[in-house]
Amino acid sequence: MTSGENTAARKLPGSLETNRRLDRWLRVNRDGTVTVFPGKVEIGQGILTVLVQIVAEELDLALERVRLAPADTSRSPNEGITSGSRSIQESGMALRYAAAEVRDLLMQRAAVKLGVSLEQLTAADGVIAARGGGSLTYGELADDDLLAREATAEVAPKAAAQHAVVGTAVPRLDIPAKVAGVPSYVQDLELPGMLHGRIVRPPGYSGRLTALDAAEVQAMPGVVAVVRDGNFIAVVAGREEQAIRAQRRLARISQWEEQSALPENSDPRYLLDCVAIAEVISEKTGETAASGAISELEAEYTRPHIAHASIGPSCAVAQFTDGQYTVWTHSQGIFPLRGDLAKVLGVDEKSITVIHAEGAGCYGHNGADDVALDAVLLARAVPGRPVRVQWMREDEFAWEPYGSAMVVRMRAALGADGRIASWSHDVWSHGHSTRPGGKGGVNLLAGWHLAQPLRPAAPGNPPLPAGGSHRNAIPLYDFPQQHVTNHLVSEAPLRVSALRSLGAHVNVFAIESFMDELAIAAGADPVEFRLRHMKDARARAVIEAVAAKAGWKPREQGDGMRGRGIGFSRYKNLGCYVAVITEVEVENEVRVRRAWAAIDAGQAINPDGIVNQTEGGITQTISWTLKERIDFDRQRVTTRTWQDYPILTFAEAPEIEVTLINRPDQPPLGAGEGAQGPTGAAIANAIFNALGVRMRDMPFTRDRLVAAMI
Amino acid sequence: MALTITVNGTPREITADAETPLLYVLRNDLQLKGARFGCGAGQCGSCMVIVDGKAVQSCDVPVSAVAGKSVITIENLGSVERPHPLQQAFIDEQAAQCGYCVSGIIMTAKALLDVNPEPGEHEIRAALAQNLCRCGTHARILRAIRRAAEKMRAAT
Ligand code: FES
Ligand code: FES
Repeated sequence: MTSGENTAARKLPGSLETNRRLDRWLRVNRDGTVTVFPGKVEIGQGILTVLVQIVAEELDLALERVRLAPADTSRSPNEGITSGSRSIQESGMALRYAAAEVRDLLMQRAAVKLGVSLEQLTAADGVIAARGGGSLTYGELADDDLLAREATAEVAPKAAAQHAVVGTAVPRLDIPAKVAGVPSYVQDLELPGMLHGRIVRPPGYSGRLTALDAAEVQAMPGVVAVVRDGNFIAVVAGREEQAIRAQRRLARISQWEEQSALPENSDPRYLLDCVAIAEVISEKTGETAASGAISELEAEYTRPHIAHASIGPSCAVAQFTDGQYTVWTHSQGIFPLRGDLAKVLGVDEKSITVIHAEGAGCYGHNGADDVALDAVLLARAVPGRPVRVQWMREDEFAWEPYGSAMVVRMRAALGADGRIASWSHDVWSHGHSTRPGGKGGVNLLAGWHLAQPLRPAAPGNPPLPAGGSHRNAIPLYDFPQQHVTNHLVSEAPLRVSALRSLGAHVNVFAIESFMDELAIAAGADPVEFRLRHMKDARARAVIEAVAAKAGWKPREQGDGMRGRGIGFSRYKNLGCYVAVITEVEVENEVRVRRAWAAIDAGQAINPDGIVNQTEGGITQTISWTLKERIDFDRQRVTTRTWQDYPILTFAEAPEIEVTLINRPDQPPLGAGEGAQGPTGAAIANAIFNALGVRMRDMPFTRDRLVAAMI
Repeated sequence: MALTITVNGTPREITADAETPLLYVLRNDLQLKGARFGCGAGQCGSCMVIVDGKAVQSCDVPVSAVAGKSVITIENLGSVERPHPLQQAFIDEQAAQCGYCVSGIIMTAKALLDVNPEPGEHEIRAALAQNLCRCGTHARILRAIRRAAEKMRAAT
């Protein structure tokens, strides 16, 4: 056994550091298959296929022989939350080293059993053969003892040049079942004797229940229970449509008292009047070569609150039997969720098992965790019976935590040499993370409505360098003087949390729009102007690659209707590099016709997966940027349906070409969130290129466009 | 009340209120989970099935309204082992991210290709007016439908 002090003290790769036992990650089965236990979860980004590729590669095993176990708090490694495009770095690297070590253990055991030296052995598809004859399968070699030890990470994984499976576009393992309509999601889970629950939320955040006579609902067909606990009211019924009917009736007859506490309108500039904590996050006071600024520019950019708006409303199934809770959920963090559930229920974490089952794409922290608590509360009311709760579309729009509204103010001076002499960036926003597991409170919706309410933990930001509202606020460009300030508005009138790319969408939109404004002021081509200020070779490479792919012509001009623009960022300043060019056509409204992107995400484990994520990121961001805004009055969120919240349609979707710059010798960087920032700016820049009109307030709706043109 | 509806060619007897949306009968009584709840209001297409040859949002149709009609669901097209050409095209193009929207979209595409085997780009996009995809898989989905149309034409 190898668990000496040296091993324990050494830092291990990825999540192996915090989950050191090999059998936490992998199990070699008697039939020669290998089961992988990832702590990260599938959210439509294709991560599980990538993890299977990594394991198959290191173990010299066919992909078909690798099995995946669902993440489960009773068995899986605790990998926190699946977010921030970190799954490959954390789970992937842990599994890469764990699998390499398991292969080494199998080889050593084979050498002993076959009575030969290690050099005489080769492994292929789960069979270890000796040169002089004789072979054993992994299934024959392994027993429970073999992996019951701590990882050392001392067995070097394969070098990139040896990779046969990693680096290839292995088709996603889950797609055949999904296109065949096979049950694939927690929404499809069916347990014997399962009941259906629905929640009646307050009409708005401030709602307090003043009167409810539940008798008539209790008497409705199929109703098994009406649950009331403070301002939390819900129904449980035998059939789904019965639960929905009871929910509607209950909503109609319940009476609530409300406050007028929301901002006057959805203009994000209310943030500027709020109490904020200002923190200077980057300061450079170098010499400028220019003898004096030729021009100074200022601009303000904004985005309102926007929604995750998952296509499948949040859902969970829970059961309470003999004092034990089991919940099936599409949460991105089963362990933090278990912790917060335990606080609400006032029980030990050990009495709760949280099992992951896929949901629809979530793009960050949506209602997934909240509905898990809803299901658990209802299961507690009907012991022994599983209860499935799915939010209605209206619940999802009204109660999910939104991506925060943001305001960014930029100021810069341009020198006579055509270079930026000084740069300042001020960002106002609420915190971008209120996930479960926060300190000093409970971040589960129903917990706040109970008769004994729990307080939410304060919204916070992940710290720099990744950052939250300040994610990507520090420019990657090289300026002699710069000043970047984060103004964090803690008190949030609307519920907010992590939405794909966090603050990067707006910060990069501001930086890259402003770079365009400065390039124009300098009389420079926007592509060349960016390169002029960029030293990072990989950044330059994606900018040059996208310009080449799109056939960008220096100083190209739009024709009054069509135009093109560029945007760039390195996600979190430490993740993937992405540059995007969009072509827009503006008639009554803005339409993105085509988009080109170049992405460098380091080593590409599954190139098509990166391309798919980038295409999706661009398309979703076009929707955010052109169309989306959460609306509210002084009391309530008024956005409730897809009619209130239109998203990009098939008629409006652009053609997209993605150029992947693969760097097999570099660490993989994650690719799920790199396109958001560059795309927003590329659209604004393309509109200017087409019409000479600068759009600075998202969304770029028809009304805004008309207003900007006159 | 007891009702008989014909789903995927087989008459099925169910007990539900006449106004129960077809979606819940398919999913919960018949265990056909491929049609999915997205909005319950005819605005997203996750629940799409084919009724008498037309793409229909099953959340928006009372079960009693399909008595005597033919209901086809995604489960009737093909299987993991033997995918329908449309399903195969979605696999070939890797046209899914989360995939929640995809079975509804395939049903819309099937209804289109059944009456119009050679749809133009505009016709495909127009047919998908009732379907939403939040992951932004649009470009791949459009490619998959074009590919399926070609393959199906070549096979006839
Ligand atoms: S669920 Fe039927 S259209 Fe949305
Ligand atoms: S693939 Fe996720 S909604 Fe379409």
